[in-house]
Amino acid sequence: MPDTLLFYVLSGVAIVASALVIGQRNPMYSIMLLIVSFGALAGLYITLDAPFVAVAQIIVYAGAIMVLFLFVVMLLNAPQEDAAEWDRTHPLRRPGMARVGALLAGLLIIQLAWALMRVSALVEAPVAGRGDAAAISSVRALGRVLFTDYLFAFEATSILILVAMVGAVVLARREADR
Amino acid sequence: MIPLSHYLIVSAALFAIGTAGVFLRRNLITILLSVEIMLNAVNLTFVAFGRSQGTVDGQIITFFVMTVAAAEAAVGLAIVIALFRHRESLNPDAFTSLKW
Repeated sequence: MPDTLLFYVLSGVAIVASALVIGQRNPMYSIMLLIVSFGALAGLYITLDAPFVAVAQIIVYAGAIMVLFLFVVMLLNAPQEDAAEWDRTHPLRRPGMARVGALLAGLLIIQLAWALMRVSALVEAPVAGRGDAAAISSVRALGRVLFTDYLFAFEATSILILVAMVGAVVLARREADR
Repeated sequence: MIPLSHYLIVSAALFAIGTAGVFLRRNLITILLSVEIMLNAVNLTFVAFGRSQGTVDGQIITFFVMTVAAAEAAVGLAIVIALFRHRESLNPDAFTSLKW
């Protein structure tokens, strides 16, 4: 029972905080709320017996990536005053567009619900709480699979990070330096 | 206990919120944040399915998604900085031309 309550509290926090992220005009508040959402998601990973993913979520997402966003927001000192004007002139604010968008969103939700009904045998089974939690939640098991089955993808990731690093430096460089 | 479908519904809700953010917000920073929400929704799906199947593969994929998200944030924010330097604006409508 506490597990069930924990799940609903954490999902509620994650969904509400994410909805508030896109409701804010000030990107600073959006980033703070997104950190709350990521914290709740880390809690959900713990309920799924994935403690290492939860810790990586906190350290990498809430720690590194969000600080990078915060740094850029502070660096740019972005203008806030015309945000309301941007919202008023948004093309999706026109009534016809809004109606089409609402219709498409409703269709998407119906389709997702229908798809979930079709595979009910798999998805209605309890996801956690079985006996094999220790086998898949240990860092030892994760590391073994990561460095054997997924070794190539792991090495390719290092090249991706190198390319991203060089690309970020080149893109953010001032024009005068070229 | 909680069935897998509840995790999938939470993930679908988060993904829909992220998609709505990309379409509705007109601030480049907030659009990038919405993309992060969508990536996290997918991560939750991977971990939930991996737990349901009793394998660690879902968690491994999640690590790769996190790495790609970090690279995407670094490059995306560098592009935002370069664009802001040109136009002094974060409104995506200010960047409709490819060359100026």
